[in-house]
Parts: sequence; structure tokens; C-alpha cells
Amino acid sequence: MHCSSYKITEKRAISENIFSFVIYCPEVAEEAKCGQFVHIRVPGCTLRRPISICEVNRADGTLRIVFEIRGAGTEKLAELNKGGFIDMIAPLGNGFTVSKLPEGKRAVVVGGGIGVPPMLQTAKSCKKSTAILGFRSFDRVILKRDFEENGIETVICTDDGSVGYHGMISDPLSRELEKGDVGAVFACGPKPMLASVIQLTKEYGVFCEISLEERMACGVGACVGCVCRIMRGGEERLLRVCREGPVFNAEEVIL
Amino acid sequence: MKDLSVKVAGITFPNPVIAASGTYGFGDEYSPLYPLNRLGGISCKGTTINKKLGNLPPRIAETTAGMLNSVGLQNPGVEAFVDYYLPELKKNGNVIIANIAGAELDDYRKVAQRLDSTDVDMLELNISCPNVKQGGATWGTTCEGAAAVTKAVRNSTKKPIMVKLTPNVTNITEIAKAVEAEGADCLSLINTLLGMRIDIRTKRPILHNNVGGFSGPAIFPVAVRMVWQVANAVNIDVVGMGGISTGEDAVEMMMAGAKAVQVGTAIFTDPYAPLKIIDGIERYMVENNIESLSEISGSVNPW
Repeated sequence: MHCSSYKITEKRAISENIFSFVIYCPEVAEEAKCGQFVHIRVPGCTLRRPISICEVNRADGTLRIVFEIRGAGTEKLAELNKGGFIDMIAPLGNGFTVSKLPEGKRAVVVGGGIGVPPMLQTAKSCKKSTAILGFRSFDRVILKRDFEENGIETVICTDDGSVGYHGMISDPLSRELEKGDVGAVFACGPKPMLASVIQLTKEYGVFCEISLEERMACGVGACVGCVCRIMRGGEERLLRVCREGPVFNAEEVIL
Repeated sequence: MKDLSVKVAGITFPNPVIAASGTYGFGDEYSPLYPLNRLGGISCKGTTINKKLGNLPPRIAETTAGMLNSVGLQNPGVEAFVDYYLPELKKNGNVIIANIAGAELDDYRKVAQRLDSTDVDMLELNISCPNVKQGGATWGTTCEGAAAVTKAVRNSTKKPIMVKLTPNVTNITEIAKAVEAEGADCLSLINTLLGMRIDIRTKRPILHNNVGGFSGPAIFPVAVRMVWQVANAVNIDVVGMGGISTGEDAVEMMMAGAKAVQVGTAIFTDPYAPLKIIDGIERYMVENNIESLSEISGSVNPW
């Protein structure tokens, strides 16, 4: 874990209100794993903003983050430019355990909306993976080419059917699970989507991890602010998204 | 190098900047960033006799120049604190303040008794947590309640007692005098102000607990005012807190009458805030030829 200012080496608007930053931070890139996040200080705001890591490039010493303008804080973040500095605590959280993917099996990564970015590095970290990505409509689709360029078979779903499969990710996911070669499912996205991922992987008996989010303050575990409900050791616990998470075993999560 | 040490209720702190309870856990989360012994002291997460689950999320809401929290005293219980966290903390050589909370008087008594034989340097009585339905703030909002908790703990420990006061009262000086009369060695104030935010799209309060404790730079003037009033009303030491985020803020709080300060929410914005505040205090001392912080404490010259 580090806390410092790092240089933004690339900034791109990849969709309406969605930005991609590449940040030069070799010490962070060295440690970072898929599913972890960075906690970014926003000028003028009391609380930092947790943003998931989209890609890690150790050779270049960079991280890539992709975030959506959701409010005043992320709007301020989007005003930062290439060459400017970003103050972040990173890397944080536990990340996906891609090592759980059995040899010779395939992983399916599922992402919904702004939950898609962390799934790119996750898919890249698996030997073989398929991505199922859900969006509201064609104009909200992000990172499709990034997945495909990394040789990841990618299924796009849209709520309005304007591109790809018309409907939720659940049908394409059951089709993949039906094939029998899926060894793990990793997911991040809105709660209804996660609920169907949890249900389907349980049905098929496939190992599954999901990434949760919660309103967060310190980001390092000190304030116990960002807890979520988890069944562990036969009892309900309130565990910190920033410390014990953001990734949890699907069987433990109480949505 | 200036001497920044201060004495509060007979305990010497290497500098006057203490991490505030509830914002620093038991210290271990921040130890990867800097040696914890650079702090003046650490007030640990509020600890109860048994472990506590706390409130359901969401527990955090941002506000203009501040935030709300409604953690609800989630903590591993006093035994875990004594067995695991305290030995780790003491290894760093920090002055350690245990923050104790409870629903019943007997809870406070038991926790204080359990800590009496440990290495804890001081007990901070949390009689002002706004986030638990039983106890907490209800003790701290009346002179009788505040006095009763202080008396119960006083009779259970020889450790110095710091009573943490809530600002959610009509007259904080009366409460301060009541706990002083029952043997409090020092006071810390202010705890959070009770606040609320509503999501206008869902018509739901942002916090699951509906209301929560308001902290951060926005409350700083309220804290300075209350510290000034209380410091003038009692003869015991006062530790000031509430929205301190710079060295200048800390100096101002000490001028109002505080011997030392606690820093909380500023750590969320910048984990290095306590160290920057210490540097800022030292800079002020250098620039103003001040040899001891006792020259600053209470030095405000009111109109």
C-alpha cells in the first residue's frame, strides 16, 4: 500500500461521461492485482473516491482506471488532465483469486455497466476466459475492443437490444455454464445482475467471486464505514469492503 | 527541532496531535505508511465489553466540507483489544488511549476494570456516540448521566480518565463541570454533531441509521467555540477536536484552551494529515519564537 501523487500519462473520454486514465505509479503497479482498487483524493472533497483498477502494466509501471462521472467528486476527477497529478492510496482490497481457476478450465468474467472495467484485468489474468458484458444500450458499451484485442471472447448484452444480445446477462451466462468447461466466474456490476450470477453459479456448482461496493471513507479498514453483509463461519458478519473485500465468495454474500 | 511535548492529565505526549477514536482503528491500518510513533498518541476505536456488530450499511455520507457516519461502535470487544491489538500498539511506543463505550453503567465499569491492569495510558469515556440506540449519547446529554458514568469508571480504575463530550446538548459547560466533579482527569471535545442527509431520488436517508455523526472541517468553528467555553469553565485539561485539518487549525484550537488536539476526519482525506499538522504546529512555534506549547494553550485574548 502506498499513498502518493502520481502522474497521469494518458486521459481519454471513452464514452459519454466515462473517462480512462493511465497513471504512472511503478511501485503500485508492481503490487496491484485484478479486482483491487485505488482511493483517489478529490480536490475540495472530504472523502476520497474508490475506483477499481482496470488494467495493470508492470512493464510500463502504469495502472489504468476507468470511471464514470456520478457526482461532484467524479466530475472534479474528470477535470484532471494528462501530465497532471493524482493523489491516491493504492493498491487496496483483496482482488479476485484467479488462481482458483482449475488447470485446463475456462473463466467467465461478468461485468455490468461501470462494473465492467475491473473485469478487463481479471480476464487478462486468467489463462482462458470469456467475457459477458451488460450495458443499457449500444451507446453505453465500453472496453469491448480492449477485451477482444486481448483475445478474450466477448459477449455483449444490452437492456434495449440495440446491440448484441437483447436482455440480461443471465441467458448468455447459463449457456456458457452449460458447456461444462467453466471453472470459475468472476463478476462486478449492479446488485440484480450479481444476484443472478450468484444463483446461476450455485445451480451449476461453479466457483464464483463477486466484487461489491459500498459508501467508503478511509479505504484502508480503519473507520469500519464500508461494511457489507457476509455469512461466514455460520454467522452473519459485517465485513469491510475495503479490507476483507471488495471481492467476496458468492456463497457468502447477502445482497 | 522544537519541543512539542505536552502533558495532559499527568501523561506526557511527545506532541499534541492524537489520532481520534473511530478514525484510526487500532493503528495497524496506517502503519504501512509511516511509523505510528510519530503521532502524539492514538485514541483507539470505541471498545465495548462484548464484540459489537454495529449498524447496517450505508454508514457513510459525504457533506459539504465534512461527512456523516453511523458505524454504531462495531468493535471486537475488550478481550480482543487487550490480547491482540494493545500489545501490537505498545510495541511502537505510542501513548495509547483506550476509548470505552457501553449501554449500561456496568458495561463501562467492566471494561474499565479489565483495562486497569493493562499498558493502556488513559481511558477515554465515550458517553457521546450518536449512533447507538442504547447508551452512548443518552449518558452524555444530561449532567446526571455523564456524572454517573464518570463516577462508575472512577471507582473502577486508577488510570487517568478523559471524558469525551457530545456537542448535542444545550449547555456543554454544565456537563463538563458535572464530570469534573466526579473525578474526570481531563475532557475531550467535541464528538460529532447529529446530522442527516436524504437521497432526493429515492426519498431515503443516505444512512441506514437515518441519522449520524457529522464531522470534518465544517464543524471546526463549533468545536473551537465549545472548547473555549469549556476550558474557561473547568480546571482540568481539555483536548480539542472537531474538524482540525491543518497546523493552523490545531494552533487555533489550542489558543481556545486545548492542551492537545485530536484529528479524525482529516485522516480520511489525507492519511498524512496528522504528520502535516505536527509540522505546521512546529512551524508556527518557530515563526513566533515559542518554546513551549503551554504558551499557546488558552492564549486567546477575547474582546
